[in-house]
Amino acid sequence: MSETTNILVVGIGGQGVMTATEILAEAAIAMGHDAKKTEVAGMAQRGGVVSSHLRFGPRVLSPQITPGTAHVLLGFESAEAMRWQHMLRPDGITLMNTAKLVPPVVELGLFDYPADPLGEIRKAGRKVVAFDATTIAQELGDIRLGNTVMLGAIADHLPFSAEVLLACVLKRFERKGEKLVDLNRRAFEAGRAAVGAAEAALA
Amino acid sequence: MAAVMPAPAASRVLMSGNEAVARGVWEAGVKVAAAYPGTPSTEMMEVVSTYPDIYAEWSVNEKVSLEVAIGAAFAGSRAFCCMKHVGMNVASDALMTLTLTGVVGGLVIAIADDVGLSSSQNEQDSRYWGRFAHLPVLEPADSQEAYEMTLAGYEISEHFEVPVILRMTTRINHVKAPVTVGERHAHAASGFRKDPARWVMTPAGAGKRIPLMFEREAALRAMAETSELNFIEPGSDRRVGFIASGPAYMHVKESFPDAPVLKLGISCPLPVARCRELAALVDQVVVVEEVEPLVEAELKAAGIAVLGKEILPRQGELAPNVLRPAIARLLGENVPETQSTAAMQLFPRPPTMCVACPHLGVYYTLSQVRNLIISGDIGCYTLGAGHPWNALDTTISMGASMGIALGLDKGRSEADKDKRVLAVIGDSTFLHMGMQGLLDIVYNKGNVTVLLLDNRAVGMTGGQDNPGNGRDIYGEEAPRVDFAKLCESLGVKKERIHVVNPYELPVLFKTIREEVKVPEVSVIITDQPCVLIKDYHKLKPYEVIDDKCTGCGNCLDVGCPAIHVTRRGKEVKASGKEVDLAFVRIETSVCTGCGLCVQPCAPDAIVHHVPVSPIRLVTGGGCA
Repeated sequence: MSETTNILVVGIGGQGVMTATEILAEAAIAMGHDAKKTEVAGMAQRGGVVSSHLRFGPRVLSPQITPGTAHVLLGFESAEAMRWQHMLRPDGITLMNTAKLVPPVVELGLFDYPADPLGEIRKAGRKVVAFDATTIAQELGDIRLGNTVMLGAIADHLPFSAEVLLACVLKRFERKGEKLVDLNRRAFEAGRAAVGAAEAALA
Repeated sequence: MAAVMPAPAASRVLMSGNEAVARGVWEAGVKVAAAYPGTPSTEMMEVVSTYPDIYAEWSVNEKVSLEVAIGAAFAGSRAFCCMKHVGMNVASDALMTLTLTGVVGGLVIAIADDVGLSSSQNEQDSRYWGRFAHLPVLEPADSQEAYEMTLAGYEISEHFEVPVILRMTTRINHVKAPVTVGERHAHAASGFRKDPARWVMTPAGAGKRIPLMFEREAALRAMAETSELNFIEPGSDRRVGFIASGPAYMHVKESFPDAPVLKLGISCPLPVARCRELAALVDQVVVVEEVEPLVEAELKAAGIAVLGKEILPRQGELAPNVLRPAIARLLGENVPETQSTAAMQLFPRPPTMCVACPHLGVYYTLSQVRNLIISGDIGCYTLGAGHPWNALDTTISMGASMGIALGLDKGRSEADKDKRVLAVIGDSTFLHMGMQGLLDIVYNKGNVTVLLLDNRAVGMTGGQDNPGNGRDIYGEEAPRVDFAKLCESLGVKKERIHVVNPYELPVLFKTIREEVKVPEVSVIITDQPCVLIKDYHKLKPYEVIDDKCTGCGNCLDVGCPAIHVTRRGKEVKASGKEVDLAFVRIETSVCTGCGLCVQPCAPDAIVHHVPVSPIRLVTGGGCA
């Protein structure tokens, strides 16, 4: 059990959560680990909640992360990062995008969106690092780079080197040309730097 | 899907259970593969269609897909068929007689159970079909096994001349894990041999086949007792031993690494002697099965003392956080406390219709018409039962909207005499099982208004092609059904069939209002494509002029997820009534300009977006 690393990636359908987790799984396999990746995603394409579980280590049995055992929670959306806090170990860390995506049930006035998800997580005494992946992606010229920014964000919180993950990310864009490879490299490094800077500020 | 170069033999590839089965199907030399899409099974056939040297098809329903596979297996070719759990309810008519004839070419039927209900209307346990039809059931526990058991399935199928059920669950179909793959072996079809006593199931012929079916079952049981797919891990902590199959096996191993386990790869016919062997090793036996107590009941009937559903839930997945406390309680130990804190309380985020979905206009309209009883169906339009529309009253099974609507009409009480009965169905669903229901409505002179929402795709499962959109599984041109002509030939009067654009709300509203008043069957066909398929074309996005927005919230009633509230307020009307106000913006980066929200906007506050930069649209979070 202790040899298995548990990574939880959360967000909403359409954000690229499942693809990001798959790339993380590919990196783990490239390092020679056994790995299992699974989703709890009810009709996720329609804007629902997605939580993607990645477990890797010498031999992975159950694909699901048991509540209270995730080492890292990578949150693509603020409230979703909050929703899954109970999955983390007491010493686990949350790396979260500060973006807020408000669902129709909130717009209709049926429910409230929390005013300060980051504050709520901090108040619960949990380790959390927040960054604005959406703006970082926009500044690089394309909102779709957000996914790579998120992967850069987790790169220094894995039990293997960031370069392994970067290589797996870039492999996806190899056939799409040098320009996209370069953009994604920059997005990855920007995500990495954002988390590094936020952690330095906290320390 | 376009063909791709298959991964080379001996390579280790990250594959979902569905991809692993598809690989096994290809390596086994299967010639014919057929399916109807359904979560969590869909990707099996999608991936099969990318392999060379194999014929794949989207069939109109699961029964037809199984029949296609049966024909190929009768011809001596290897065949494959897959479906979600409820698909077998449809296909079972063929299955229950197929078990008498058996097959010549190998036939594997993969059935994907949605344990945990991620995207289904029930949680039925497909392992029952093995008992019901006297067929072998294989249960993989991960992607590697899904691949290997597919190959083993063809060997068993041809050796015993029996169709084999590969029972999977969402936690196998959709979990990705490394798979070491092998080489493809071509399979030579033996050819169709005429043999009416075997292939023509008349009462006399079938009667002679029944004893053979039971002989085969006995042989399969003997095979299951010795098969390597069923194995005992003796463990060291003998207080509790487990009998488990499928993903439950992994959960048991994760939770109790030292416990003895009998892993059932072939769970039907049940290897009872192996179960006794495990029972002799341990103080107590617990059967861990998702979801019905099938193995448990058979073992109890055989006089073996086991525990099962007395201590484990009868629904959902049996993950470690379920198993550990249950076994601790059984052993009288302290229930292990989970390290986690309680989940933080948050708003729900139910699945919703997409931005600019053509169904939005339909449900917005239905939410504005009074006195309706709306019989719904299986597909994206089931989401119409949710907010803000609340415009769907029943959902049972695929195609059921038709018959249920007729029953609601014929069975109406005095209290419902002024209600109008509507049925809502999609294009693929209509072709799957709905058209027979419409024929029944016509034939029996029902008073039902049918809304046939043709979005040219099987939407909920990811936009697969079907006979309604004129493309086959390879994306190539195929004959396209003309829904208006089809309905007319089923007997709906020509003047009662209307094809409307669901983005033109006044026309849609008027057509629905008029047709529900007509005391006979009408069909209103909407004709705009799903926004997730290539037939959909984006238009110029809209934005809200903040100064003009009065906060009436009419646009929010459309239910498009691109509309967001910027601030709320209250207003006291002349009547003294206080109303809530919601001022809005449109997320321009995702708006595709369908114009639905423009139509109910009273103050004309929604206009085409003018990009700030002349070159590129500013996208994302803070704009509009």
